[in-house]
Amino acid sequence: MTAPDSNGTPMVRFENVTKSYGSFVVLDGLDLEFGAGEKVAIIGPSGSGKTTVLRMLMTLERINDGIIWLDGEPLTHMERDGQLVPANAAHLRRQRGKIGMVFQHFNLFPHMNAVQNCMEAPVTVLRMPKAEARARACELLEMVGLGDKFNHYPGQLSGGQQQRVAIARALAMRPKVMLFDEVTSALDPELIGEVLNVIRKLGSELDLTMLMVTHQMGFAKEFADRVCFFHSGKICEQGPPEQIFGAPENERTKQFLSAVLEAT
Amino acid sequence: MAQRLLLVSTIMAFLAGLAIASFAGFREFLPGLLQGALITVEITVAGAVLALVCAVIAALAKLYGPAPVRWLAITYIELFRGTSALVQLFWMFFVLPHFGVRLEPLLVAILALGLNIGAYGAEVVRGAIIAVPRGQWEATIALNMSRAAALRRVILPQAFVAMIPPWGNLLIELLKSTSLVSLITIADLTFRAQQMNQTTFRTVEIFIIVLLLYLAISMIITVGMRALEAKAAGAVARGRAH
Ligand SMILES: Nc1ncnc2c1ncn2[C@@H]1O[C@H](COP(=O)(O)OP(=O)(O)O)[C@@H](O)[C@H]1O
Ligand SMILES: [Mg+2]
Repeated sequence: MTAPDSNGTPMVRFENVTKSYGSFVVLDGLDLEFGAGEKVAIIGPSGSGKTTVLRMLMTLERINDGIIWLDGEPLTHMERDGQLVPANAAHLRRQRGKIGMVFQHFNLFPHMNAVQNCMEAPVTVLRMPKAEARARACELLEMVGLGDKFNHYPGQLSGGQQQRVAIARALAMRPKVMLFDEVTSALDPELIGEVLNVIRKLGSELDLTMLMVTHQMGFAKEFADRVCFFHSGKICEQGPPEQIFGAPENERTKQFLSAVLEAT
Repeated sequence: MAQRLLLVSTIMAFLAGLAIASFAGFREFLPGLLQGALITVEITVAGAVLALVCAVIAALAKLYGPAPVRWLAITYIELFRGTSALVQLFWMFFVLPHFGVRLEPLLVAILALGLNIGAYGAEVVRGAIIAVPRGQWEATIALNMSRAAALRRVILPQAFVAMIPPWGNLLIELLKSTSLVSLITIADLTFRAQQMNQTTFRTVEIFIIVLLLYLAISMIITVGMRALEAKAAGAVARGRAH
């Protein structure tokens, strides 16, 4: 099902991962792999654990059991004396650098303009010289179609423009994996297209593993190599978009898709 | 806001003019009282700097410090909020010498009042940091920033704006509490006024001038903080999504 890279190692691997909030188990022994360069759409009803999967990978949430692997190395754990022990802060920071995330509500830094938003982490985290970071920020903003908005603050930009700045900001750290969590859900309908176009462009121009939680079924169908349907913290069904959208096998998948189609 | 300030300033100028016109004592007392006011301003400014430093350190320690540091911060905050500024002043001035610590009165004044206001300020700083939306922290983690860098570059600059109005109040509290230092032999504005009153008995004239001087200093604080707020809010408001 996955597209392994040349070494056969997946870029991301969830191995028997369990996540609970108190006594409420959100994900129970999840096994899931994503190949290098693979583009995966994660769909499913609200509350099924889609966001949680991305947040665990971004290390925004701790896992309760299991291991997450990233780029051939453990992410949630590290090796010590031949044993895997929970990762410390230094290990997390080293591994986390390979992942970037774009949020539903943009989360741009409101006191910085577009260029400053994109320069901040390269300068403070990667110690990149300011001139170089600025040049790269401008290049990325050009790429997302905001060449004329360098000095605009987030509050001076539309939602679609803000989300494109957020994409450029994440790319500035040169991640190998990009996570998108319902990045068009907070946008007015007429602004969704410009953000999806940018994501399409990243998919064709950059060598990125892209995982996106989305309700845009049309986009998922055309863009994704694979679609994962989540239900109650489990993968109910997954496969190429033609199969999931064209001939779903699982009852729950069918129900969900017909409900979504009815709504649009 | 600006109109109200203008109105208040005008009324004050009118009152000041009235004082000059009405009281022959103005020329006689003003120079001495201004000297006292200078001491009052000195203690206020130095106390404010100390308070700000203490408040930021205590707030960060209480929020992010390891357990012993956190407890130290909590002890400081509760101790200095839970006892009166006057008692703190007396402790440092009269009690510490019994333990061999003898400090200059001016230093005691700055330390006691600065630590006192700093304890209140710590809660202001902490509240403002907590009020920064979670998403901002999450963005810094997704960008692999360290917690220190996140605080310095992203969280504190945003918290700073929310802190300005309550800090304005605290600074005026500080100014008012400086009158307590007259009780540990410092010749501040209040001390000078009492001294003049005892020798001349021209109570009304002296205390009208004292009132106007305190009011003038607090007006300067208010106007200054408003300007700072407008400037800082402008920078972030540009950034806030409508
Ligand atoms: N911080 C939290 N505390 C308690 N429960 C949570 C928390 N975050 C998510 N959940 C629960 O976990 C489940 C999965 O949430 P989420 O991953 O956000 O779902 P989705 O993104 O698919 O809508 C939901 O039932 C949600 O209520
Ligand atoms: Mg979600």
